[in-house]
Amino acid sequence: MTKERILRLFLHLYVCAVFVFVFLPIITSFVFSFNSDRFPSLPLGHFTTHWYQTIFNDSDIWEAFGVSAIVSASVAVLSTFIGFCTAYTDYRFNFRGKSIYLALALLPPTIPLVIMGLAMLALLSRINMSGEIYSIIVSHVVLCSPFAMAVIRMRLAQIDPDLESAAWNLGASEWRAMHQVILPFCAPAIVSAFCLTAAVSFDEFAVSWFVSGLNKTVPVIILEILQGNTDPQINAIGSIVFITSMTLVVLAQIIYMTKASDQRALTGVITRRQDQ
Amino acid sequence: MPMVLWQLIFFIFPLMFLLLMSFWLVKNYRMVPGFDSINWEKMYSKGYFWDAYWRTLIYASVATIVTSVLAFPCAFALAFKTSANVRRWALFFLIIPFFTSYLVRIYSWQIFLGENGVINKLIGMIGFGPYPMLNTPVGTLVGYLTLCLPLAVVLQLISLANVDRNLVEAAHNLGCGRLRTVFSVIIPLAKVGIIIAAVFTFILSFGDFVSPYYLGGSKPPTLSILIIDTTKSGQQWPRAAVVAITMIVTLLCVAFAAVTTAYRKRA
Repeated sequence: MTKERILRLFLHLYVCAVFVFVFLPIITSFVFSFNSDRFPSLPLGHFTTHWYQTIFNDSDIWEAFGVSAIVSASVAVLSTFIGFCTAYTDYRFNFRGKSIYLALALLPPTIPLVIMGLAMLALLSRINMSGEIYSIIVSHVVLCSPFAMAVIRMRLAQIDPDLESAAWNLGASEWRAMHQVILPFCAPAIVSAFCLTAAVSFDEFAVSWFVSGLNKTVPVIILEILQGNTDPQINAIGSIVFITSMTLVVLAQIIYMTKASDQRALTGVITRRQDQ
Repeated sequence: MPMVLWQLIFFIFPLMFLLLMSFWLVKNYRMVPGFDSINWEKMYSKGYFWDAYWRTLIYASVATIVTSVLAFPCAFALAFKTSANVRRWALFFLIIPFFTSYLVRIYSWQIFLGENGVINKLIGMIGFGPYPMLNTPVGTLVGYLTLCLPLAVVLQLISLANVDRNLVEAAHNLGCGRLRTVFSVIIPLAKVGIIIAAVFTFILSFGDFVSPYYLGGSKPPTLSILIIDTTKSGQQWPRAAVVAITMIVTLLCVAFAAVTTAYRKRA
């Protein structure tokens, strides 16, 4: 089967090529953030942390990181809450117009960000709400809650539907059942939805650019530097942003994995006991 | 139902407002509420608007085709020719780009594609070039690929992983060649995922302004650049709204057509 082997080799090389294409810009940005040349080219200059020092001493960038932190934390809380409510409603109830309800819940990511930005700016400035930190938060929650909803809904799909009714039969009120059965079961998904939405919000630039006014977030600063000359500061900021988002995502993943497997083990024990 | 309220107020309402605003007037650099179709007439009678419209449509279509074609062998290899462990890691690595700044990645591509950029230096070493790539449609396409390729591979991979292996085996046993198996068994079975990946690619590249701006050189403009220029430079928000609504309607038509095709039963 030499033909098969050649084919396999070719496909594997192809996969590698795709990964190189995807990761090349990310790695380059890391490398050049430590490069001394102002105009990035080959061969590389010498190693320097100069660009990191410049941003470290730039108060605008500190401020932007502050705004971004406030925004992404608030967005994460709000959109995870909204996402949970949406997902739970979809899981628990059947009602007329449910498809419209779901469309409404999942549609926002399909609208181009420029258009969302323009629409939000137009509306918010009309009601004097634009240019503030909360205008960014509001717009980001619209964009992020569908992601939160999707993550939590996937977790709810794994739940044993009898679990909640069992809690009610044992005399738990709706709220108690929610608090002691549903919420703990969804906890890993809620945490990962939280990290995911925080990361999405932390990276979003188009809508923020339209509505932020003077409260610039980090991506808006990057966008503005990008409009000027070549400036390796972007690489340094980008690397910091990348590490922040990746920490959030990896954290979300680890929490989801460990918690979910713990619980699976637990439910496994319970069902086995019932069998005996 | 807090979500319904929230989405109504901050999602549907802004879009409705955009529609409303497209009929407003601009007098002395201020918007005046009104109901006048002048913005629509003005925009639709401009040659540059239609140029931008077709250009955007063609860019997005090319990006969709190129992305789908480039993504497929990769998704195929990951779905059928690798172990589950490799697949899991590949998925993890394909999700990473979503959490890196798209802007920074585009900035990196500027380093590569420029006249004195890395790629031209390398080509120059073997005696060719330099080829202009930055500020050309090629640059724009590279940007679209950066944005869409990982997503397309993930979506195709998910649908390919769900293809029933027994059917593939059966095709082989019945003497169906490799290529024929791919085209008449695997692709039809994974049709929904492939089309959904294509739709997302189309939506993303149709609306993206970063690639055409920073890699494509912003001139001639695409629709999204037109929106930004109209909004940021003047107070012509109503006209920008006209462009935005035209874009949304186009996207809805494309998405609807694609989804209908995806779920149509084979005759």
